[in-house]
Amino acid sequence: MNVLPLMVALPLGMGFLIPMVSRKNRRTADVLGNLATLSLLIMSLYLFKIGNQIYFMGGWKPPLGINLVLDGLSAFFLLIVNLVAFIVTLYSVDYMEVYTSKLRYYSLFLLMLAGMNGVVLTGDIFNLFVFLEIAVISAYALVGFGTEAEELEASFKYLVLGTVSSIFILLGIGFLYSLTGTLNLADIGSKISGISAGHAFWFVVILFIFGFGLKAALVPFHAWLPDAHPSAPAPISAVLSGLLIKTLGIYPFLRIFYNIFGFPLLETRFIPQILMFLGGASMLTGALLALVQNDVKRMFAYSSVSNIGYIVIAFSLGTPLGIMAALLHTFVHATSKALLFLTAGSLEYRLETRNIKKMGGLMEKMPITGISGNIGFLSLAGIPPLAGFWSKLFIILALLDAGRLGWAIFTILVSVLTLGYYLRMNRYVFFGPLKKNLQRIKESPVFMTASMLILSLITVFLGVILIPHLRSIVLDPAVRSLINGTKYISMVMGG
Amino acid sequence: MEYILSFVLLMIGLYCVTTKKNIVKIIIGLNIMEYAINLFLILIGYRQGGIAPIRTPDMSLAYFLRYSVDPLPQALVVTSIVIGFGVLALSVSMAIRIYERYGTFDINEIKRLKG
Repeated sequence: MNVLPLMVALPLGMGFLIPMVSRKNRRTADVLGNLATLSLLIMSLYLFKIGNQIYFMGGWKPPLGINLVLDGLSAFFLLIVNLVAFIVTLYSVDYMEVYTSKLRYYSLFLLMLAGMNGVVLTGDIFNLFVFLEIAVISAYALVGFGTEAEELEASFKYLVLGTVSSIFILLGIGFLYSLTGTLNLADIGSKISGISAGHAFWFVVILFIFGFGLKAALVPFHAWLPDAHPSAPAPISAVLSGLLIKTLGIYPFLRIFYNIFGFPLLETRFIPQILMFLGGASMLTGALLALVQNDVKRMFAYSSVSNIGYIVIAFSLGTPLGIMAALLHTFVHATSKALLFLTAGSLEYRLETRNIKKMGGLMEKMPITGISGNIGFLSLAGIPPLAGFWSKLFIILALLDAGRLGWAIFTILVSVLTLGYYLRMNRYVFFGPLKKNLQRIKESPVFMTASMLILSLITVFLGVILIPHLRSIVLDPAVRSLINGTKYISMVMGG
Repeated sequence: MEYILSFVLLMIGLYCVTTKKNIVKIIIGLNIMEYAINLFLILIGYRQGGIAPIRTPDMSLAYFLRYSVDPLPQALVVTSIVIGFGVLALSVSMAIRIYERYGTFDINEIKRLKG
């Protein structure tokens, strides 16, 4: 059976079904939501077994119809998305009790998931835009889910900037269509190589860098992220920081720049260098601003800006090692940052504050939250043998391998800054003397702790992805599908 | 010439979004930008004196291909209008909630988030 359309259809259908069937009993929504994400996770694991596959919607062949394309890169991103989404829905069972409308929460969450799966799978550029809008509109609504003053403000800010970036992406798509006369990604790729790259083509590239860069929160376009991510409910912050900025920002960059336009073409006009500078700026700005934050979630949000910089720097090298490092860091950051946001949610759930100055000594009162928080910190700070160490090591090795000694030293320095802000946070939150008013704090409810434990185990053992056998299943096909660049075109058009 | 018009419209929208202080005006600016893009997409498929892209039985294929406008951008615009409508509905409802919380539409007074 072909499961590709189900990856989009299942969350979409479930998103509409949940508010209809679970009005009387609120547990139904929990069960259905978790079942949906669990089955998506199982399907995304199953997809590694099938290998490359193309699904023609309605039986229309590539240049005419919309197709869903599964290759190594899509399978890799689907695994990340559905893994984190499942753990997050598990966490929401208890956490979302404090909000009034759980039904709408699950509905919007599954819509966002459908959008993200669609973006990763689709082989049509306008379809990509539509899925991107599905994901991002539900994200606007979820950021303002609590409808408090600050949340609405953050959500509105995100909405205005997000819509402007979407409009520029659509403008770019319009230009591409008028250049090539097709919307199919593979077909665009095969026609763009025949057209001499004129001003219009470079304008499209710049529009995409702006549009997808804003979705990924690269530095000149990052202003919305530190407001939007902390304002959302904790499980949503985990998804926004862990998944949304990668599937809507990094993935289209990788797919369009490597597979469609082809990297050698872009190198003629220093596009990779521009991306590297944006990435470097993100790394430094995010790390410096994270150092001075007193709000737990705001600090994590700035750390996300910094980590997106690592990923962008690594993939704009264009070498196999760089791509591998970027993909590995994408996975590591998705799990570690989701873990950290879930920890922050657990703290907020019990303490009802996010200010680190009001916390202290929580390690003994909330041991599981403390341990999972520390695992997340250590992983992102790059302490061996946790997964974050390996991905940062590979990024630095890739930079050295490409002969960018200055960038490698810069990356190491920013890593030290990262360690600095995590240690500062750790000292205020989990260690130090216990505050008097915190004597009666208890550990979080069972679903929250269970999901945090699962995610910490994954974060600890994510390094095993580098063992040759697993690597040849998970990581290598993704790297290969980018390295081979325009092979993607012949795969879609030929099959 | 028409392309320039749609870019002027886009710039008007962008100006409106970036400089206006009133939330409602910002939403209007977003919509102007969206419609500029819709106009642009329609213009890509347009040809001078073209006919509607519907092929009637008495029309030869060569005649149809020569005179009809490109139907694909029209399909895109329909989708884009629907998306624009979704964003508009969400932003307006959000503006109402913001007015309830802050008692103003002025973005100079809506700035509790800092850092």
